[in-house]
Amino acid sequence: MRLEYTERQRAFREEVRQWLSEHLPEKPLECLDTAEGFEAHRAWERTLFDGGWSAVTWPKEYGGRGCGLIDWLIFEEEYWGAGAPLRVNQNGIFLLAPTLMEYGTEAQKQRFLPPMASGEEIWAQGWSEPGAGSDMASLRCSAIRDGDHYVINGQKTWSTRAVYADWLFGLFRTDPASQRHHGLSFILLPLNLPGISIRPIKQLNGQPGFAEIFFDDVRVPAENLIGEEGSGWRIAMATAGFERGLMLRSPGRFQQTAKALVDLYKDNQTQADRDPGIRDAITRGYVAAEAYALATYRTASRLAKGGKIGAESSTNKIFWSELDLLLHETAMKILGARAQLLPHAPEAAGISHWLDGFLFAQAGPIYAGTNEIQRNIIAERVLGMPRA
Amino acid sequence: MDFTFESHQIAFRDAIRKFLMVEAAPEMLREIWETTSGRSADLRARLADQGLTALSVPEDFGGIGLGDLDWVLVLQELGYYAIPESLVDTAYLAAGLLSELSGDIEIKREWLPRIASGEARVAIGHPSNPFVADAGTANLLLMWHNDAVHAVRPDAVKLTAQPSIDNSRRLSQVEWKPEASTRIADARIGAPLWQRLLLRGGLATAAQQVGLAQRMLDLGVDYAAQRKQFGKIIGTFQGVKHPLADVAVAIEFAEPVVHRAAYCIGRGHARAGHAVAQARMQASEAAHKAARASIQAHGAMGYTWEADLQMFMKRAWVLDAGWGDLAHHKARIAEDIFDDQAALGPSNTFSTHYGEAPAPRVSAVSR
Repeated sequence: MRLEYTERQRAFREEVRQWLSEHLPEKPLECLDTAEGFEAHRAWERTLFDGGWSAVTWPKEYGGRGCGLIDWLIFEEEYWGAGAPLRVNQNGIFLLAPTLMEYGTEAQKQRFLPPMASGEEIWAQGWSEPGAGSDMASLRCSAIRDGDHYVINGQKTWSTRAVYADWLFGLFRTDPASQRHHGLSFILLPLNLPGISIRPIKQLNGQPGFAEIFFDDVRVPAENLIGEEGSGWRIAMATAGFERGLMLRSPGRFQQTAKALVDLYKDNQTQADRDPGIRDAITRGYVAAEAYALATYRTASRLAKGGKIGAESSTNKIFWSELDLLLHETAMKILGARAQLLPHAPEAAGISHWLDGFLFAQAGPIYAGTNEIQRNIIAERVLGMPRA
Repeated sequence: MDFTFESHQIAFRDAIRKFLMVEAAPEMLREIWETTSGRSADLRARLADQGLTALSVPEDFGGIGLGDLDWVLVLQELGYYAIPESLVDTAYLAAGLLSELSGDIEIKREWLPRIASGEARVAIGHPSNPFVADAGTANLLLMWHNDAVHAVRPDAVKLTAQPSIDNSRRLSQVEWKPEASTRIADARIGAPLWQRLLLRGGLATAAQQVGLAQRMLDLGVDYAAQRKQFGKIIGTFQGVKHPLADVAVAIEFAEPVVHRAAYCIGRGHARAGHAVAQARMQASEAAHKAARASIQAHGAMGYTWEADLQMFMKRAWVLDAGWGDLAHHKARIAEDIFDDQAALGPSNTFSTHYGEAPAPRVSAVSR
């Protein structure tokens, strides 16, 4: 064990910090679920890419920087510490890319990774269907092979970023006679193909962060299949592992929120101290954010020595989503009547990101596998408890 | 940056675990705990054979001379197997304090080899614990007096037993009189020694609570795998599964905090007290959550003296009050984070000092 950064790691941190200070947008970008905000965030992805920072853990040949996981954590700490914009292409960079690296052909990697890194192609996810949420194995949207194409029919829903995104990755039933997790395939497709219609769904904040996607005889080239036909479930579970496991929510994000919460408390101490629970909640939130960072460093160190991601996928998901709720609920309590104000309300200057964060925190225990599903996974696969 | 243990540290932990699994089974501990002293010379001798009593004693005095990071994994096992405080107090805390006295002095020559061999038990009296553990069986008492360290013989103290609901504990109030002849370190030398001892006491508490949490979780999972109701194993019900899964989460996010605390103490970081306080908070939460979830999974059985759960549950509860109680540690963190000089936020997780000037930051532009 050695809990100090090396000289090289310190220099790397300085390099990240320096670059961010020179390139950060001068004012906050508009919400990425608006048309303008989406394009502004796409432009920021390009800026990151030009600096070599959009996908630091990828190999250089695909547009990355070839960094290890500890460097990735350092990068993320600086990124969140600097208050840099949300990553509009996180679906692609953090979720699809690891899958492509593991299951994609060389041609697929060459085709999809560089434009993903540069923000030229932004990705949406296609998992859930009206009848397949937590029970994803019951999905029905079909992709039937016809010569050198798949013909897709059916519907996807709760597809994050799909309103403005360029491409979609997801699971489709390629064997119509199959049941459950058999006969599913992992397919990539551009969202501008004929036969696709997209209906935006407004999220709690009133912006179309989700969409329903309808497929009517949509023809997708068979070369967009990832892995073997019928092996989609296994590949998707690997994707879900990456997502929940490590890369979706790096600790810097929550440590920055915990720090901001301390500042919010200090700025509003008279109001805040009326509730003796506030200081306690801030203290617990700060310690929990730090615990999340330490656990992540531990996992990253283990992976760097050749370990595999395991139960952390599920324990992390539960922990960070509940932590995010604690931090934002506490901020709402401190802000009192001002907490509800929309960004354009005159009294909301400088605080409206707390409302955004609070709303988004409500989604944390639901997306990427609900926390109930995670508890089932922990109970059955880690604790060895019997299945129902 | 490498947050993994060395293979020899893991191997030693595994060996201790195997040993305690056989030698410290609950039915044997119950028997020992029913005796007046609550202690077994025979078990102590076998623990010594494993090297446990010699870990902190320097090689020059017949020990192994290992550090806090070597201890922390062992401390978790001592928690898991509910080994009473006499071992930790003697072999980790007292041996640590005596070893850090400088020079080859009489008190070290007399006591360190006897600690290493498993012959001597040492009790520790410090204001952070109103009652002294295992004073009745101690061969020596190390007593705090205005930051000075006094080494007091058992015949020079008067004990009033204060029995605890935790049947493994033997607590007493100790009356004694500081003399020039009992003083082994004056306040100037003693203050930092006591400070280190308190850090270690806090670490030992947190690490044992993590071990206890794991034991209570295992007991709850085992019970739920056997008990049937409504014609089904109760462990198949989500209402039983989910609270136990939450315990696994709590342990996952307590353990690395405890390990960092051990590292900071070992390195003498100025921030070690803060790291220990965080470890105490996370470990206590895991332990209390485990106790709650496990007794609930056990149903009425969990409320009995007969089920082993009570042995571990009671230790988990009472440990909170020792070596600076939980209130003390929480208040310390609050004091640190609400300080205007506090270095908070990402990139300060491994700072060695607390409250150094925050690193220069570009202005935040969005969340």
